[in-house]
Amino acid sequence: MSETTVPSIRPPAHGGPHAALTEPRAVRIALTLAAVAFLALFLLLPLAVVFVEALSKGVGPYLATFAEPDALAAIRLTLLVAVIAVPLNVVFGLCASWAIAKFDFRGRNLLITLIDLPFSVSPVVAGLIYVLIFGAQGLFGPFLQRHGIEIIFAVPGIVLATVFVTFPFVARELIPLMQDQGTTDEEAALTLGASPWRVFRTVTLPNVRWALLYGVLLCNARAMGEFGAVSVVSGRIRGLTNTMPLHVEILYNEYNYVAAFGIASLLALLALVTLAGKTFLEWRHADALAGRGAH
Amino acid sequence: MSNAAALPAGRAAPRFRRPSALPGFRLTFGITLTYLTLLVLLPLAVLLLRAASVGPAGLWALVTDARNLAALKTSFGLSLAAAAIDAVFGLLVAWVLTRYRFPGRRIIDALVDLPFALPTAVAGIALASLYAPNGWLGEPLMALGIKVAYTPLGILVALVFVGLPFCVRTVQPLVAEIDRSSEEAAAILGASRFRALVTVILPPLIPAMLTGFALAFARAVGEYGSVIFVAGNLPYVSEIAPLLIVIKLEEFNYAGATAIAAVMLLMSFTALLAINLVQDFSRRRFGHV
Repeated sequence: MSETTVPSIRPPAHGGPHAALTEPRAVRIALTLAAVAFLALFLLLPLAVVFVEALSKGVGPYLATFAEPDALAAIRLTLLVAVIAVPLNVVFGLCASWAIAKFDFRGRNLLITLIDLPFSVSPVVAGLIYVLIFGAQGLFGPFLQRHGIEIIFAVPGIVLATVFVTFPFVARELIPLMQDQGTTDEEAALTLGASPWRVFRTVTLPNVRWALLYGVLLCNARAMGEFGAVSVVSGRIRGLTNTMPLHVEILYNEYNYVAAFGIASLLALLALVTLAGKTFLEWRHADALAGRGAH
Repeated sequence: MSNAAALPAGRAAPRFRRPSALPGFRLTFGITLTYLTLLVLLPLAVLLLRAASVGPAGLWALVTDARNLAALKTSFGLSLAAAAIDAVFGLLVAWVLTRYRFPGRRIIDALVDLPFALPTAVAGIALASLYAPNGWLGEPLMALGIKVAYTPLGILVALVFVGLPFCVRTVQPLVAEIDRSSEEAAAILGASRFRALVTVILPPLIPAMLTGFALAFARAVGEYGSVIFVAGNLPYVSEIAPLLIVIKLEEFNYAGATAIAAVMLLMSFTALLAINLVQDFSRRRFGHV
């Protein structure tokens, strides 16, 4: 057998990994360029085009977009829906994570799977299920009509659909973290005589505050940006049941591109703020978030 | 709270939950179950019951209706293709972001989650504008004879966009946690770098790639907002299943909408099951998800 050449273990001068443990420089550069080009093409360009199109006729027409009564109504409705849907899912998320993470009971994993279910349901189907229940031909349709209660093609339907699609966000941030944290802190506080509510408020809540904020951030972004589910239940009545994403669609279909991209730029800004907040939390409070993975 | 005390002493009856000193189980569990049942489980059950009430023959006729079948084929076929593209590029992006250092890496890393944060309607009109025949990318592509917007290719681009973060974020933590000693062993034993990459580093990443693939696929099948603007929505050609549900609903054809929705639900539950199986396998084989 010929002499085997054993690579020397001496670290390279520049302090990076040993040459045998990384790819040749040319390969590294090629791979990096390929990845960056792919991301620029698929992520950066769509983001950039929103702002460029919005400002294509100058700042004046851009700002005039937001003075339109219909646009203002859409912004107001979007905020209203988020203000209702996000707190509901926060309360749910806190309850679910307390029950699931602090106690050991049968069917716990099944419950976690069921909570994640809305993520694997198409937004359109999410809207459809509420139409089948509350719509004119739905399960409760005749009953609701007799009593003059409007759910579909009205704000309650939009809220319901939004709650559905944002359902898992807070719970899935909190559950793994609270499982990691265990119950010893709470038990100590109880032993020291704290009331259950006080234990929750002064021990549990501070322990999970960053993860909660993280979940709220993602939940809110989705609540304000939801399109498919809301479009099915909204009826797109201008000024009444039109959210910002739906208004974008209407304006776009009317070839009013400056206004469509104007509203879209607001939503894109929201997305950027969400990403910045999320990145900040991951960077600054990584240890207070459990297993950051796919969301 | 008082669950444990309520049980008769000394009997080892199979218990629903282990006793705990912490309060609030009944309250929080009750709220969780009620909220979940009312908002998610019952509505989904109503959908499935409604689909079942059409009867198997009727359901089959609705699903195999030429236009419905074409839409389902378009949705599933293009979603598979998009998820495959995402799996490959997701691995590349995860690898580059974790292993190499270059300026702007942090910002690019944060940007990967953009499809999660950007409302789908915004992504939709942005892609339509980019790939339109007079768009930034559409014009040069047109010159090459490639039409993207308002064709199935446009749908593919949108689906690649929405699925990408799943494929990056499932693989990335594993790339960061690769045990360098096995790489070192491969190098010392004389394996070329390429061989070490293919035979030592890649195999433990494959389950994560499959998970990312399944997640991206499940998301892509149901995607609506980012697709409809760039798809052209031509029946039999570039019409996706979620759009067909909307069209049927607007025609008050509830049975048709429900049948397509039921098929899509079953497919996404299958994808969910596949993810769980892959993760189970990975846990046993590699000790991680």
